[in-house]
Amino acid sequence: MVACVALSFGGAALADAPSAAPQRVVSINLCTDQLAMMLAGEGQLLSVSRIAFDQQVSPMAEEARAYIRNFGQAEEVYMLRPDLVLAGTFTPSHTVRMLEGLGIPVVRFDITSSLDGVRDQIAKMGEVLHRQTAAAHLIADFDARRAALEEERGERPSAMLYYANGYTSGEQSLANDILELAGFSNAAVAAGYEWGMKMPLEVLALSEPDLVITTRPYPGGSRAEDVMQHPAVMALNGNSASTTVTDHDWVCGTPFVLRAAERLAEVRREMASAAQ
Amino acid sequence: MSLLALSGFSIGLQGRSVLRDVSFSIGPGEFVGLIGPNGAGKTSLMRAALGLIPSQGTSSLLQLSEAARARAVAWMPQAREIAWPVTVEMVVMLGRMPHMAGLTPSEADHEKVGEALQRMDLDGFRHRPATQLSGGEQARALIARALAQDTPLLMADEPIAGLDPAHQISTMQAFAAQTAEGKSALVSLHDLGLAARHCTRLIMLGDGRLVADGPPTEVLTPERLAHVFGITAWFRETEDGPVYQPLEVIR
Amino acid sequence: MTRSNTMTRVMLPLIAATLVLFCASMLIGPARMSLGDSLSALFAGGESPMALVMREIRLPRALLAVMIGASLGLAGAAMQGYLRNPLAEPGLIGVSGSAALGAVLAIQTGLAASFALGLPLAALAGALISVLLVMALAGPRGTSLTLILAGIAVSALAAALTSLVLNLSPNPFAASEIVFWMMGSLADRSMTHVWLALPLMVLGWALLAGLGRGLDALTLGEDAAQAMGIRLTRLRLMLVIGTACVVGAGTAVAGAIGFVGLVVPHILRPLVGARPSSLLWASALGGAVMLLLADIAVRLILPERDLKLGVLTAIVGAPLFLHLILKLRKERI
Repeated sequence: MVACVALSFGGAALADAPSAAPQRVVSINLCTDQLAMMLAGEGQLLSVSRIAFDQQVSPMAEEARAYIRNFGQAEEVYMLRPDLVLAGTFTPSHTVRMLEGLGIPVVRFDITSSLDGVRDQIAKMGEVLHRQTAAAHLIADFDARRAALEEERGERPSAMLYYANGYTSGEQSLANDILELAGFSNAAVAAGYEWGMKMPLEVLALSEPDLVITTRPYPGGSRAEDVMQHPAVMALNGNSASTTVTDHDWVCGTPFVLRAAERLAEVRREMASAAQ
Repeated sequence: MSLLALSGFSIGLQGRSVLRDVSFSIGPGEFVGLIGPNGAGKTSLMRAALGLIPSQGTSSLLQLSEAARARAVAWMPQAREIAWPVTVEMVVMLGRMPHMAGLTPSEADHEKVGEALQRMDLDGFRHRPATQLSGGEQARALIARALAQDTPLLMADEPIAGLDPAHQISTMQAFAAQTAEGKSALVSLHDLGLAARHCTRLIMLGDGRLVADGPPTEVLTPERLAHVFGITAWFRETEDGPVYQPLEVIR
Repeated sequence: MTRSNTMTRVMLPLIAATLVLFCASMLIGPARMSLGDSLSALFAGGESPMALVMREIRLPRALLAVMIGASLGLAGAAMQGYLRNPLAEPGLIGVSGSAALGAVLAIQTGLAASFALGLPLAALAGALISVLLVMALAGPRGTSLTLILAGIAVSALAAALTSLVLNLSPNPFAASEIVFWMMGSLADRSMTHVWLALPLMVLGWALLAGLGRGLDALTLGEDAAQAMGIRLTRLRLMLVIGTACVVGAGTAVAGAIGFVGLVVPHILRPLVGARPSSLLWASALGGAVMLLLADIAVRLILPERDLKLGVLTAIVGAPLFLHLILKLRKERI
């Protein structure tokens, strides 16, 4: 892990980075925004991305207000004079290359696709920010809450995630782990979906999950999200009392995924008691 | 009973007066030639009488509903437009439209179409796409269409322009034959010779008004030809009928 | 050619093809179900997942293909008959694009959500404005050149404004839907969409179907048609409103699908003896056949992705369009 972090540092910064804690950190990715806000020391984090301010996808929109908002463009990031930039795998590579060319070290974080990956992300952020102790506390707390959820035993109803444009989450996904932890079995796995993939509506209908979990639509409306309101989807959820939606807690590999799993476990308990 | 009566009829186009105060009426059994130099208002007069362009004064046709007018008068415009490669028979059948309730022709409709095709010498073209015919053949198909409409009055704008001599004559004869059945025709022409020979009556337009109206021999005087057309002509009543030959331009 | 002859030679095969393709459309899909299961699920109904697939997913898709295909074929034949120009087609002259703009505006402003017919009515308004605009720009007898120039201007403006509205939307998915509105798709449509489009379409069909006599007469030009008792003002009004109704309603639920109204009348015209009135109904059936075929093809070619219908119709239609332009250039452009 440490080697991996070191490799992604810019050439000049390679030797210095591990020795001194960064003092002017700028994050330009929603997920690194959250981890950095959780772990950074007083005054260490300077700026987070504009997406961190968006209630729809960011569970820390309130906290984000304490920081400068950036739009992830090389020029404005450079003007903030950072000594470390936190980015994601999908941050445009030309932005990353330009910042590195300007002598600013950039650390890129992978997409998290499992609960174990969340632990790794926290540890990595702790190392990068030189906040290992805070990271260790966060991981301990994470493990404890996770263990509590895992202890629950009982029926495992099936649930299908169904997002805009008809995408679902298969076995190799963080959302799958959240479902499992909450005591559901992922119907997409049963239908043979390994990753996040587009799933025809017909396949959803025929797999008959006990629960279809959709996302909360954005304002303005779009055809991509309309499919979540298709009569066939509504018919599947017709028996359950409430439609369940994924929210900002599901988006990133942070401890917020446990809050998502806890709420979903509550839904499962309600379903179980309603069935009796 | 008149088939067309105009009185105090005036036409202005885009603020310019085209014709003023024209009055005449056409009764049954007349073959009226409408003559006059270019721009005299022959086309405008006929279109206005049909209500296709605005006018002042009265035209008996304008008092009819669209449907009734279509059964009272057939109109063959100068522009020989056939937009689609429909058969000649279908072009002619379009003339029956005012008599048909729906889109399916009756026996009588087929009969009228057959007559019109025969009269215009188009029997061999019946199933040919009309757009593939020569200009003259298309003109004959469109005349046949107007004949098939089987109305008391037929109005045609330069129907014989572009036809070969034989078909010019046979077309004039076809119009004349109609008059024998008590029908009438109002036809604009540039060929004064054919007009004098076949028409029972001529209406001459010039200087934005009606200049003369009467039998060909009375209308085609040397003074009027000089004044209205600017030509001299040779005219004799022969044993083969009236012969009329324009000679010189005099201005 | 007599009318009954046309009926048996052209109409019956088209009706048969529509029925066969409709059934095929009902039987093709990612969910593998046997013929017997599919049929019993469709007719027996009930709460089974197969009934859900047949009735709520495949049935609306096949129905919309028929309805929208027929609408586009009919509108194309009617516009061509009126303008006496084989290039007049709702997609090419920007009517579909403007309808899409109306629909997008209705969705983004919330009009579509505020009352049931808001979406198709807004699309109708967009279509109406563009039909009037194109007809005013192209003149009573649109020559090919003026018609196409007017169409290019209207389409370009509609496409640009649609992109603008979608890019300004607060919804991050909206911007990626530009391609849907430009190319059209029937994927994941529901019976809701069928009911949304049907009332306006039926009205439009009724208006356009009544044009047969007038369009026949117009073969000989406006003067001759008027003198044969055709009321041109009324005909023009019926054409404009009818076209706006069918294109607007179709575009509102499936996006702008081009070239159907060009290809279908062009292929069928010789078969019906070029008669505009016969072409109306033949093109309606032909349009249904073409769109059913295209919608089956997109599901067979790329079953997992939402390949747009307009892609297929353009691949067939664009070369034909060029051919027509070359042909017309010799005549009267």
